[in-house]
Amino acid sequence: MFGDFDYKVILASLPYLFGTGMVFTVTLTALAASGGIVLGTIIAMMRLSGVAFLVPIARIYVDFMRSLPLVLVIFWFYFLVPYIGQWITGASRPISVGAFTSALITFTLFEAAFFSEIMRAGIQSIPRGQTSAAQALGLNYVQTMKSVILPQAFRNMLPLLLTQTIVLFQDTSLVYVISLTDFMGAASKVAQRDGRLVEMYIFAALVYLAICFSASFLVRRLQRRVAIIR
Amino acid sequence: MIAIDGVGKWYGPVQVLKGCTTQVSKGEVVVVCGPSGSGKSTLIKTVNALEPFQEGAISVDGIALKDKRTDLPKLRARVGMVFQHFELFPHLSITDNLTLAQCKVLKRPREEARTRGLKLLERVGLSAHAQKFPGQLSGGQQQRVAIARALSMDPIVMLFDEPTSALDPEMVGEVLDVMVQLAREGMTMMCVTHEMGFARKVANRVIFMDRGEIVEDAQKEEFFGQPRSPRAQQFLSKILAH
Ligand SMILES: Nc1ncnc2c1ncn2[C@@H]1O[C@H](COP(=O)(O)OP(=O)(O)OP(=O)(O)O)[C@@H](O)[C@H]1O
Ligand SMILES: [Mg+2]
Repeated sequence: MFGDFDYKVILASLPYLFGTGMVFTVTLTALAASGGIVLGTIIAMMRLSGVAFLVPIARIYVDFMRSLPLVLVIFWFYFLVPYIGQWITGASRPISVGAFTSALITFTLFEAAFFSEIMRAGIQSIPRGQTSAAQALGLNYVQTMKSVILPQAFRNMLPLLLTQTIVLFQDTSLVYVISLTDFMGAASKVAQRDGRLVEMYIFAALVYLAICFSASFLVRRLQRRVAIIR
Repeated sequence: MIAIDGVGKWYGPVQVLKGCTTQVSKGEVVVVCGPSGSGKSTLIKTVNALEPFQEGAISVDGIALKDKRTDLPKLRARVGMVFQHFELFPHLSITDNLTLAQCKVLKRPREEARTRGLKLLERVGLSAHAQKFPGQLSGGQQQRVAIARALSMDPIVMLFDEPTSALDPEMVGEVLDVMVQLAREGMTMMCVTHEMGFARKVANRVIFMDRGEIVEDAQKEEFFGQPRSPRAQQFLSKILAH
């Protein structure tokens, strides 16, 4: 099986794999993670607000997203977004948003559910006295959250947020269902075109392994460094 | 300055404050004491509306807390509070702890806030630590920073909730010294504390609480002379014993 292992296929396709595939994967991961953390934090704050109608909305959202397979959400969203856009803007025809935008929105919304659970735990881990102290100084709710609670929650949860981002990095390969080409998709295309499945899939696996392993390693190192001295 | 009038508070079915009535005048130092669980912390936290209450009324500098039009954050900014566990913000440097609320709430320019903060830090004898983080300071030092932080807002009254009870014995003195100095400068203070030495030195009045009620509210001389209620007597003899 490895007798005719052809390194040249890999070498020749490197510009395509990384220049197109990996750039796409990293862009989608970075944007969706940032958006997901922001939205997830808002959902976590809704959940913890104690406001009668916000709490169930946040809970249902999280449970709903966590109950569906990501592939299905990506797929459905791709077909639904144009119609939702039409409904919102009142246009006469479905609004075409493009596969990338659709994927970005889907991943952001989906990951927000997971990030919100992490941020919720983070916010709850900050002692009540911190809120009291901030309020006693005259800070309002938004200022207390922004300057006192969220920075600490975010720091405490950074390792978990990054670990979740590593999962997201791998999950982005699911965009093949709406015909987008990420790193995995690019490798797959070359494999099919040149009939070099073994080479390309082994190489793709090694790349994912190398990136995710070193990322996990860095997260653990970071964990020790960012811990707030108490 | 502070008027507490018939305040009642419940946690669910449990009543933790019962008809509490007292006042603190400008420049007065009032010490609140009483056994654990008697409602001292709860009472002092109702004064700056950190704890809501169901019955009665409280006003600070003539502003009623229950009034819907009262801007609570704005009122709290004028009432300094010091907590048992310091509650400095651990992710911010000492300087940033001192300037955060000045900038955000009072909208002071950064430089002005810094100057004011550092001046107060010097006053509590910690100028050398401006760049450090709270976790790098001892408990006594942290509590002095917390006092400086409260003072940086130019409060009209200071509330203390057992400021020394989480400290190692050898650090109690340094915090009390700052408080004594503050009292002597004419700051209006309401202090929950069991430091009777402090009460003797600077208090005008002593309030004794038990089971959510103000049992005794007397001038200092009177209180230490002969407390009228047997419960206060018992309490006093217990904490003065050691
Ligand atoms: N969040 C809460 N929920 C229910 N009960 C509470 C809560 N906080 C305080 N209590 C109860 O209210 C009563 C008064 O508590 P508080 O903390 O005011 O007492 P304290 O006099 O400050 O006591 P200590 O000396 O221990 O600080 C206690 O019986 C306590 O158990
Ligand atoms: Mg207490």
